[in-house]
Amino acid sequence: MPKQSKTLNLNFGPQHPAAHGVLRLILELDGEIVEKADPHIGLLHRGTEKLIENKTYAQAVPYFDRLDYVAPMNQEHAFALAIERILKINVPIRAQFIRVLFCEIGRILSHILNITTHALDVGALTPSLWGFEERETLMTFYERVSGSRLHANYFRAGGVHQDLPRGLSEDIGKFCEGFPKIIDDLENLLTDNRIFKQRNVNIGIVSKQDALDYSFSGVMLRGSGVSWDLRKSQPYECYDQLDFKIPVGKNGDCYDRYLCRIEEMRESVKIINQCLRLMPTGPIKTMDGKISPPTKEEIKNSMEALIHHFKLFTEGYRVDKDDIYTCVEAPKGEFGVYLISDGSNKPYKCKIRAPGFSHLQAMDYLIKGHMLADVPAVLGSLDIVFGEIDR
Amino acid sequence: MSKIEDLEKKINSELTTKIKESKIKHDQIYISINSEDLIETIMLLKTNEYTKFRQLIDTTAVDYPENQKRFNLIYLLLSHELNKRIILNFFINENQQVPSLTKIFPSANWMEREIFDMYGIKFTDHPDLRRILTDYNFEGYPLRKDFPLTGHNEVRYSEDEKKVIYEPVKLEQNYRNFDYESPWEGTKYIKDQTKK
Repeated sequence: MPKQSKTLNLNFGPQHPAAHGVLRLILELDGEIVEKADPHIGLLHRGTEKLIENKTYAQAVPYFDRLDYVAPMNQEHAFALAIERILKINVPIRAQFIRVLFCEIGRILSHILNITTHALDVGALTPSLWGFEERETLMTFYERVSGSRLHANYFRAGGVHQDLPRGLSEDIGKFCEGFPKIIDDLENLLTDNRIFKQRNVNIGIVSKQDALDYSFSGVMLRGSGVSWDLRKSQPYECYDQLDFKIPVGKNGDCYDRYLCRIEEMRESVKIINQCLRLMPTGPIKTMDGKISPPTKEEIKNSMEALIHHFKLFTEGYRVDKDDIYTCVEAPKGEFGVYLISDGSNKPYKCKIRAPGFSHLQAMDYLIKGHMLADVPAVLGSLDIVFGEIDR
Repeated sequence: MSKIEDLEKKINSELTTKIKESKIKHDQIYISINSEDLIETIMLLKTNEYTKFRQLIDTTAVDYPENQKRFNLIYLLLSHELNKRIILNFFINENQQVPSLTKIFPSANWMEREIFDMYGIKFTDHPDLRRILTDYNFEGYPLRKDFPLTGHNEVRYSEDEKKVIYEPVKLEQNYRNFDYESPWEGTKYIKDQTKK
């Protein structure tokens, strides 16, 4: 009698701890081998782009925190850059350093979360317990500067909302002294760990060509050996004054991507240290009164300032008719904003380019022929966050 | 590294008849083409040894309801070798179909599904043109300018039926769209009067 084969359909998620949010993955299995993966996304769709079209530019910033909610300020950065380039605003140098400082903190936040939960998915519990303690410290830095741990709403077109409170830079400096030790500890647990390597080496291999064709960016691209980082190749803010290296992988598998993230955290610590050392004193947002609101003291003393304050928080500023694409190297890859302004106080169109969207799209290509148990490993190494994929 | 002006000239000479307009802005090349030239243009930009735009960064559409050709389709490409970006755009009618890029860039698959979902633009030769971000059984195209911000349906858990049900949107307070036209510049009707 001929052997009969039958494929099995398996619903993975949307409520599954290894799905990293609300991913519904429909898998077609032949035994334990995955034949087809069809991700259903959109369960966290909130219509961000539609909402932004109906809000003033300043009101649109908080929506960017809610995209990739583990590294909120990196998103705000892309939007602020888009407005600044259209309006040709010069950002004061101190503001640039503060922004870079907090973008790198965001990168560490995101990478800790990804590495530790990835380890959790393949069976290692301890890293997440150690890593989350550090994340908590970093989020208090967020809180001290912006008032909230996650949804910061801190970057503005032309600078940042307020200066660093007293003592914050010293505390960040202290954190940077101790943090490399934590990275070493995480590496002790994972890098040479037999089980971790068995689960990740040679799993989910991406070739250079495919990484380009599938619109990969960030670690997904660098893990496959393409040396491309927007902080180096198309420097924005003060990244060209800073000294850091871009780690590049060799094999393009889950393990190389893990190694890239570990090294990137070390580089981020270096960048933060340089920012703290090089940061000059001075204004933290543009002095253009038609863009930045006046200080409380000015409002109390000047009618003109009061009027400007009122106008800026009701009507908001207007942005000239233009269209522009700006992007930043977010922790997950190239995060871009394609902004069309029509001269009014609201964007006509704001397309958000989320790196995770293209990464998750390649799930079928990545997982075909792998075992069912490899699904969480590959998913973990993609570093997906549904806030930005579903938008 | 080659200059962006040289690259723009090169692209213009390769694609002479297909380009309607090209300019350099914000250190990026913007070109407008005809909708029927899309595949050839993209193929050339991807494979030509001088252009090497090997990565499709994003595609999107923009709705201009007052235009005769309603939608503007936008393709963003990146060349890692040249470190340059190009933005391609063309206008189409409301019911016009656009050729799919999935054969050239596999990543176009979900991007085109998203445009279909949000604007209702159909792509020919697309392997799997389904809705992607909106709910199962969703109706309408949310990013069109004539789609209301509040949507049409709301969901809630019904204690009677013991399941999640859909109902038409009921708002305690209507959506308020404030008119912030600057009083310093005068409202529109006064401006019209002073012109006379």
